[in-house]
Amino acid sequence: MLKDITLGQFFPGNSLAHKLDPRTKILLTVLYIVALFCAKWFVSYAVVAALLVTGVKVSGVAPKALVRGLKPILFIICFTAVLNLFYTPGEEIAAFWIFKITKEGIATAFFMVLRITMLIMGTFLLTYTTSPIALTDGLETLLGPLKKIRVPVHELSMIMSIALRMIPTLIEETDKIMSAQKARGADFETGSLFQRAKALVPILVPLFISAFRRADELAVAMECRCYHGDSGRTKLHVLHYQTRDYLVLAAYAVVLAGVLALARFGL
Amino acid sequence: MSDIIKTENLTFSYPPDEGKEPVQALRGVDLTIEQGSFVVILGHNGSGKSTLAKHMNAVLLPEGGRVWVSGMDTSDEALLLEIRRRVGMVFQNPDNQIVANVVEEDVAFGPENLGVPTEEIQKRVAAALKAVGMEEFTLHAPHHLSGGQKQRVAIAGIIAMEPACIVLDEATAMLDPLGRREVLDTVKRLNCEKGITIVLITHHMDEAAMSGRVVVMNDGKVVMDGTPEEVLVRVEELRAIGLAAPHTVELLHGLRQDGFDVPLNALGIKACADAIAGSLRK
Repeated sequence: MLKDITLGQFFPGNSLAHKLDPRTKILLTVLYIVALFCAKWFVSYAVVAALLVTGVKVSGVAPKALVRGLKPILFIICFTAVLNLFYTPGEEIAAFWIFKITKEGIATAFFMVLRITMLIMGTFLLTYTTSPIALTDGLETLLGPLKKIRVPVHELSMIMSIALRMIPTLIEETDKIMSAQKARGADFETGSLFQRAKALVPILVPLFISAFRRADELAVAMECRCYHGDSGRTKLHVLHYQTRDYLVLAAYAVVLAGVLALARFGL
Repeated sequence: MSDIIKTENLTFSYPPDEGKEPVQALRGVDLTIEQGSFVVILGHNGSGKSTLAKHMNAVLLPEGGRVWVSGMDTSDEALLLEIRRRVGMVFQNPDNQIVANVVEEDVAFGPENLGVPTEEIQKRVAAALKAVGMEEFTLHAPHHLSGGQKQRVAIAGIIAMEPACIVLDEATAMLDPLGRREVLDTVKRLNCEKGITIVLITHHMDEAAMSGRVVVMNDGKVVMDGTPEEVLVRVEELRAIGLAAPHTVELLHGLRQDGFDVPLNALGIKACADAIAGSLRK
């Protein structure tokens, strides 16, 4: 069904995590991030980690998939760890040349790595269990009140959903253009980095031109189907909070309060 | 029968490229299309047929003359939504007119824009997908469908707005023969069963043969107008404006020139074969 939509890496499923209202899940993720940033020491981190583990267990998402999501930011994690390790002032443990490692440094580095890792995993859990459409829909409804101060919420969500819709089409088109260029002797695989980057120009130019033409045609087609912005628009599917959404949100709020309390005592 | 679309001395020219003469696309078109009819508009590239189509739901506005849709003047901006709801348009490239990620969401796009209540939209989406025979694809992603299926989804998206007329602007040009057949069968059925007026813009002669009325455009003007049997047999005139008569008529025309006594107006393959057999028997 929808599993082939490339962006957002959505894994369809039937768990409680999948069934929750997208708005609930967005709120939960925000609360989770707040809790994560308030956590101070092992005890409070353990509570947030317990939240994450519960989330993963309930969603049925393979922990492997979550770890895989960390790969692209491995560098940032290491970089943060090293910086914190060497540049946190405090009680010195070891020193060589201009570097010195402090007790506080080790602690900060450890917690910083933990924080980033858990942050990424938590947000991935959201995109893994929520289809891009539900996510856009949820964001639009959730940010709805911002329309009053003229934030173009509807337009932004429309842009996002059209972008999602066009990705497979444009990927297909890129494939076609590349085949056409290869058939005429273009080489994308060999040569220096600079040469390979240069070989991409003849792909990008037609791709851009065609994307603009598509955008133009799509705009006319949308006008023909009476699109006139947000005013007086109704929806095929309207989001409804269920009892389970309230229950999960309430439970989460309690845990968040707990984390805040623990953090206050420096735990 | 009442008229769904009426144009009067319609002229239009596209803004010129720099340093060039403006291109006059329409030079005075008078055309009346009756509610419930099946009209094919023929013409080679640049004959103005697509420009004419775009005037039928106010995508383009007349430069001179007027266009009425069910008696509503298209240059009246207050009537724009109602005009576009009444006359739906299907375009050539199916990929560039599908808005949503899921078939049902795309079909719902029109009614959503019109502010139709949610339960009513759900009913309309189901009915529209059934009408084009795509009900089993309700939850599919459009980019996995074939060209013909995508065009049927696009047609369903129009039907969900409950239009009086559907204009297909070369909607079959990018499709393979099977996809073309799917789309043509669908619009034919909508015309017969629901009484929706169909305006089919094409350069395929065999599509013209299945219609009730053929309008031929050349150089921004209507040059022929009549039933397929009247228009498609004017072989020499069609050739002069860059169109070829259907293969059957071409064959009969050739035979006539060689002195056989056959009628020209046998458009279908079977009718053509019967006509030739009949003449041989004489």
